[in-house]
Amino acid sequence: MIARRHLLATAALGAGALFVAPGLALATVPTERRFVFIIQRGAADGLDILRPVGDPGFAALRGRLIGEEAPGLKLDGTFTLHPALAEVGRMYGRGEALFVHAVASPYRDRSHFDGQNVLETGGAQPYAVRDGWMNRLVAMMPRSAEEAIAVTSTLPAALRGPVAVASYAPSALPAAADDLMTRVTALYDADAQLHAPWQAALEARGMAGAVTGTRQAPASLGQLAASFLVKPDGPRVAMMETLGWDTHSGQKGRLAAQLKNLDAMLAALRDGLGPVWATATVLVATEFGRTAAINGTGGTDHGTGSAAMLVGGNVRGGRVLGDWPGLMTASLYEGRDLRPTTALDALIAGAVAEGLAIDPDMVDGRLFGRAVGKRRVDGLIKA
Amino acid sequence: MDTRPSGSSPPVLSSAAIALNRFGLGARPGDAPPTDPRGWITGQFARFDIRPAGFAALADAGALLDRYRDERQAARADAGDAATAKVAMQAGRRDFREEVQALYRAGVQARADAALATEAPFVERMVHFWSNHFCVSAENPRVTALAAAFERDAIRPHVLGRFSDMLLAVERHPAMLLYLNQAQSIGPGSPAAARAPDRRRGLNENLAREILELHTLGVRSGYTQADVTELARALTGWSVGPAAGFAFRPAQHEPGERTIMGRYYPQAGEAQARAALLDFAAAPATATHVATKVARHFAGDEPPSAMVERLARGFVASRGHLPTLYRALAASPEAWVPSPVKFKTPWEWTISALRGLGRRQVGAMQIAAFQTQLGQRVWRPGAPAGWDDVAASWAGSDALLRRVEVAQRLAAPLGDTADARTFAPRIMPAALSEATAQQIARSESPASAVALMLASPDFLRR
Repeated sequence: MIARRHLLATAALGAGALFVAPGLALATVPTERRFVFIIQRGAADGLDILRPVGDPGFAALRGRLIGEEAPGLKLDGTFTLHPALAEVGRMYGRGEALFVHAVASPYRDRSHFDGQNVLETGGAQPYAVRDGWMNRLVAMMPRSAEEAIAVTSTLPAALRGPVAVASYAPSALPAAADDLMTRVTALYDADAQLHAPWQAALEARGMAGAVTGTRQAPASLGQLAASFLVKPDGPRVAMMETLGWDTHSGQKGRLAAQLKNLDAMLAALRDGLGPVWATATVLVATEFGRTAAINGTGGTDHGTGSAAMLVGGNVRGGRVLGDWPGLMTASLYEGRDLRPTTALDALIAGAVAEGLAIDPDMVDGRLFGRAVGKRRVDGLIKA
Repeated sequence: MDTRPSGSSPPVLSSAAIALNRFGLGARPGDAPPTDPRGWITGQFARFDIRPAGFAALADAGALLDRYRDERQAARADAGDAATAKVAMQAGRRDFREEVQALYRAGVQARADAALATEAPFVERMVHFWSNHFCVSAENPRVTALAAAFERDAIRPHVLGRFSDMLLAVERHPAMLLYLNQAQSIGPGSPAAARAPDRRRGLNENLAREILELHTLGVRSGYTQADVTELARALTGWSVGPAAGFAFRPAQHEPGERTIMGRYYPQAGEAQARAALLDFAAAPATATHVATKVARHFAGDEPPSAMVERLARGFVASRGHLPTLYRALAASPEAWVPSPVKFKTPWEWTISALRGLGRRQVGAMQIAAFQTQLGQRVWRPGAPAGWDDVAASWAGSDALLRRVEVAQRLAAPLGDTADARTFAPRIMPAALSEATAQQIARSESPASAVALMLASPDFLRR
C-alpha cells in the first residue's frame, strides 16, 4: 500500500508522468465488474424525474406540469419517481436503483456545450482539460483500449484521449469488400490520426457479431451494449448517449417519452447482461438541471442542480441520497434553480471507485485532477 | 490535433489543389487547376447563384403549414363526435408528416444539386458554413418543413452581404422562431398575458440565450443571466404569422425599456430587439467569435491567433462586410499551409466525392439517407450549436467504417467505366501520396480502386 502511494505521488509530479508505467500503477487485478455511463445531453429536468412532492414549495412551482397524472412510485417521504420510469421503479423496489438529488458538476453557467464539456472531461472549467475522464479511467485498467466501448457512432468527449477507444453503432450499410478493407487498412495503418480508430473499428466489428442491422431503438441499443459487456474478453466499461432532454416547451409529453426510452434502454441492458448484471454499476447523469419554475411555454429553461441515477445489481439501492436544499425562493440558486448540494464529480468518483473496486484516492486524483476527498460519496456499492 | 499523415512521405499540396479542395467543394475531373488560386476564390463572388432552380422549385412550406392548421380546425368543427374527430386528425397528421418529409428530402436534394452544379464553390461552402453557424435542427415537423427555406431565404441572399443583415434575417425567420421557442414567448406584463391570466403564459429565454452564446458574442464573453432575460423580454412579440412569415405581435411584447450589457434600449415594440441585435452584430466579441470559426474552418482545428485577430479587425473595420472577410481569408498565409489541415465532415466528404466522380446532379441518389448513415443529417445537428468543425468529432472508428462502406456504394455503379489511376491525380492535383497511388493501382477491380480513392487518407482531408 505504501509503495503504491509513493508511486502515485511520483506520477502526480507532472501531467506528462501520468501515463508512465500504467500497468504498474494499476490498483486492481483484472476485474469482472462492469461500469456503464449514460449521458443525458440537453439538461434533464431532475425536478420532474425525481419529484420532491413532499416539499411544501413543489405544488406551486410544478403542479401545473404534472396535472392530473397518476402519481409515480413513492420513493420516500419526500420524493416520487416519474411514472414513465416503470422498470427503474422495479429496480428500486429490488434495491438495485439509487438516486441522488440536487447534484451538479463544478460548472455554474448555463451553456449546454460548456456544461457537457465539464461533465465529460472532469475539468473544473470548460475546456480546461483536453481528454475525457473515462479515457483516463481505462488508462488505469490492465487492458486499456480493450476495456471500453462507446455505443455511439462517433466517440463522445468523455472517452476521448490518449487511449484509442472504439465506438460502435449499428449500421444498415452493406459491409465493405475484403480487398477494399485490406487496402484501406494498409493506408490507415500508416496514418498517425487514423491508425488507432481504424484498428478499434475492426475489433468492434469483429465483436458485434450477430447484433447488426438493428437501428437505434433504445432497447436495441441497451441490448447491443450488453452484448459487448457479457463477452468474457470484452470491454468492462461502456458509454451510451441519450439526446433530447432540452425541454423548453411541451415538457409533459416530451419528458415522458424521453424517460420511457431511457427506461427501455436500462431494462434491455439489465436483461441482456443476465448474470453479469449482478456486477454492474450504471450511472445516468446530465450536464445541469432546469429552472425550478415552469416557463411561459409549458417547459423549463436552463438551470443548475439536477438528479443522477445509479442502477445495477452491484448498487446498494432502494435509497434517495443527497442533502435536500428545498424549493423556497430563498433556497434556490440565484433565485431560480435547484441549489446543488452534492458534487457530481464526487458521486462519479465514488461510483467508479467502488463499482470497479479501484483505489478511491487514485480515482479522485486521476479522473478529476483534484482531491474529491471528503466530498466523495461513499457506500454506493454492495461490498 | 495533427491531421497530417505520418509514415509514407506526405504530399506537398499545390496552391491549386488547396483552392479547389480546401476553399472549394472539391475538384471535378474536368476542372483545370487554377493558375491564380487566390483570384479563383474572389472571382467567384460575381458568379454565385442566390436562388438555384432546385431551391426555387421547392413546395411552399408556409402554405403546407397553413393548410394543415386549417384542416385540423375543420376536422374538429365538422366531426359529430370526439372519436371521429380523433381518427380524422390522426390520418391528417400522418399525411402531413409524409408531406413534410418529402419537402425536407427535396430540400436536401436541392442543396446537393446546388453544390454539384455551382460555378462558385467557395461561396457555396460559405453558405454551408453560415447555415451551420446559425443552425436550426429539423426535429419537429414544422421546423423540418421550413429548414430548406431557412437556408434559401435567410442565409443565401446574405452570404455576400453584411453579417448584420444575415443575423436579422435568421432571427426573424419562422424556422428559427419555432426551433428556439421564440414564437410562444409572451411578455409576462404584456396585454396578452393579462387577458388570459389563468393560462399563465410567459417568457421563454431559449432564443435570447443562443443569440448571445452562439450567434453573436459567443459563450463566456461577459453577458450575464440578467442580460439573457432582458433580451428575452425585448424579443417578445417576435412571432410567426400566416404563410410562415414573420409577424410582430404587439400584444405579446413586454412593455418598457430594457438594459442589455449595459446599453439602454428605450424603443417600443419590434424595434427594441432589432436595435439590440444590431449592437451585438457590431460588437468586437462577435467579430472574434466569427473570425475564430472562419479561421478554424480553413486553417485548422486550432486556429492561429494572429489570423483570428487579423480577420476580426477587418470584420469590425468593414462593419461585418462578408466579402471583405473572405478577401482577408484568401490573403491569409495560414490558410494556404501546403499539407492537409482539415478532416472533412461527412457532408464535405459526400459532396467532394460526387464532384470528384464528375456528377453534375444527384438524380435519384438519396443524399438525405447517405448523410444519416454517415452521422451528419442535413439541417439536423440536434443542438443549436450546429455540427462540430474539428477532426475529433468525425474521425471516429465507426464513422470511418461507414465512409468506407459509402465509398464502395458510390463506386459500384461506375463498374469499369472509371479508372481511378487517371482520375485521382486530376481531382487531387499534386496532392496524391505515393502509398495511395500504389494501393489504387493494385486494387482488385476498377470500382474497388475508385472506392479506395474516396476512402484514402488523402481524400478524407482537405
